[in-house]
Amino acid sequence: MTSHVLLSISGLHKAFGGLIAVNQMQFDICEGEIIGLLGPNGSGKTTVINLISGALSPNDGKVVLDGKDITNLPAHKISHAGIARTFQLVRILPDLDCIENIEAGLAYRTKPLWGHDAHTAAYELLERIGLEKHAHTPAGDLTYIDQKRLELGRALALQPKLLLLDEWLAGLNPSELQDGITLVRKLKHEGLTIIMVEHVMDAIRSLCDRCVVMNAGAKIADGSPDAVLSDGEVIRAYLGDSHA
Amino acid sequence: MSILTADTLKPIAIGAVIFAALAFLPSLVDNYYMSLAISVASFAVLATAWSMFSGPTRYISLATVVFFGIGAYTVAVLGELMPFALVLVCAGLVGTVIALLVGFSTLRLAGVYFVIFTFGLTELVRQVVSWHEVNVTREMGRYVFLDITQNDIYWQLLALFAVLLLTGFILGRSRLGFALRIIGEDETVAKHCGIDVTRIKIALFVLSALFMTLTGAIMAPRWTYIDPVIAFNPMLSFQVVIMALLGGPRRLLGPLLGVIPLTLLFEVLTANFPNHFSILLGCVFMVIVYLLPNGVIGLYEKYRPPKKRSHTPNSTKSGETPA
Repeated sequence: MTSHVLLSISGLHKAFGGLIAVNQMQFDICEGEIIGLLGPNGSGKTTVINLISGALSPNDGKVVLDGKDITNLPAHKISHAGIARTFQLVRILPDLDCIENIEAGLAYRTKPLWGHDAHTAAYELLERIGLEKHAHTPAGDLTYIDQKRLELGRALALQPKLLLLDEWLAGLNPSELQDGITLVRKLKHEGLTIIMVEHVMDAIRSLCDRCVVMNAGAKIADGSPDAVLSDGEVIRAYLGDSHA
Repeated sequence: MSILTADTLKPIAIGAVIFAALAFLPSLVDNYYMSLAISVASFAVLATAWSMFSGPTRYISLATVVFFGIGAYTVAVLGELMPFALVLVCAGLVGTVIALLVGFSTLRLAGVYFVIFTFGLTELVRQVVSWHEVNVTREMGRYVFLDITQNDIYWQLLALFAVLLLTGFILGRSRLGFALRIIGEDETVAKHCGIDVTRIKIALFVLSALFMTLTGAIMAPRWTYIDPVIAFNPMLSFQVVIMALLGGPRRLLGPLLGVIPLTLLFEVLTANFPNHFSILLGCVFMVIVYLLPNGVIGLYEKYRPPKKRSHTPNSTKSGETPA
């Protein structure tokens, strides 16, 4: 692949007291790529997302976005640099209505929109994620899948270069899951670069160009979904020695 | 984008008429009612200013009296040295600087730690001022003899309240005000939306403290004698919190709905039960928290006919979905 590297992580290290959550992580992601970040529970995937998005700062290592060092920047500056995220446990603004939830993403980005422009743009975005009929519903009243859509919409409102989805497809029923996969695929066609932490294998196989697998804070595999899912060490990490 | 559009001009015009009418109050009522009006006006400014920061962010500050007292002391120290308008400017500056210091050092604290810190701050400031008075000036109290009448105080407070409401009105329609609401909903989301959360919280804390300081400065001439125990009485901070909570701190005019009944109630209590005031205040506090957790405004919003826009298909199952 000749396209240029959008995000480059090297030597990333994070410890919480004696627990090493992320240990010498490194990977690159090219523009337009979707990579899946996999690993058993507690392997440090969400911590990596938190380190990239600035929710946590690493003890060591570097995060470079589009040639710019964003390590240790506060979260709002990383958001301005072009990274948007969703959360493992969905986080919407429950007392605000859906339009306002999207406007939250529009009003403080690098090219902010406010007032009438923001209202129009927010409505267009709601149409894109299929929530236009809930424009004035308080976000707390939405169903789970709609809250997830809304959270994604808010992230998209930031016009990110890189989108981080932390188990965005988790907890959906089979038909909702198909809707979710279709929505992410649409984003992929629009050329967005995405890192998704995911356990849903169907989604990973159908969406990801590449997978990075973590275990106990370190990277144990990096390659195409089929290759990493048949990798001996990956199977051992998930299922134990007897299955490898 | 301008603030002066049809739907903003109307409330501003109505507000202007009401304030103009209120300015004639001194020619209509006697001294007792003027003194009551001053109490209402000063608490109205304090509770509204408190809510401006604490309403959206949900940070409960007990530092109201710190800024109020600082304003009063600035007048006591500088009152006879320069014109009163200049004294007010100085008080505003001192309040702003101290609010900035407090803001930078505490707004990273969350929840109960912030409450405790602000309460401790009151004690700290009072002790520092006492220490200074005992060791440096060697006089515990100060006299404020200024040529300022009760009516002057009333008009100043009225003007301050008008400016505060206008500020809050503009703020509520600004990006800054929207950012505050987002912070109140979820600070983490706010950060990841590109909002510099710390800077915005400090800005609002300072703005709110500025109005509290000016209230203290305007009220100082009414006392004639002040000492640290009077100027930094923590009871005031609690009263302001109760009033704002009773009214509803998340709406601009909410606190006012708590200020009016409670100022009158406190007046009755201090007049009739001076020795049991604290106990009764505590009871009032508990009753409000139990019965009106969202304030009078919340009660009104609960029982008024639902707005049209909430008749979406989804609203039928709103009770079942997790908040």
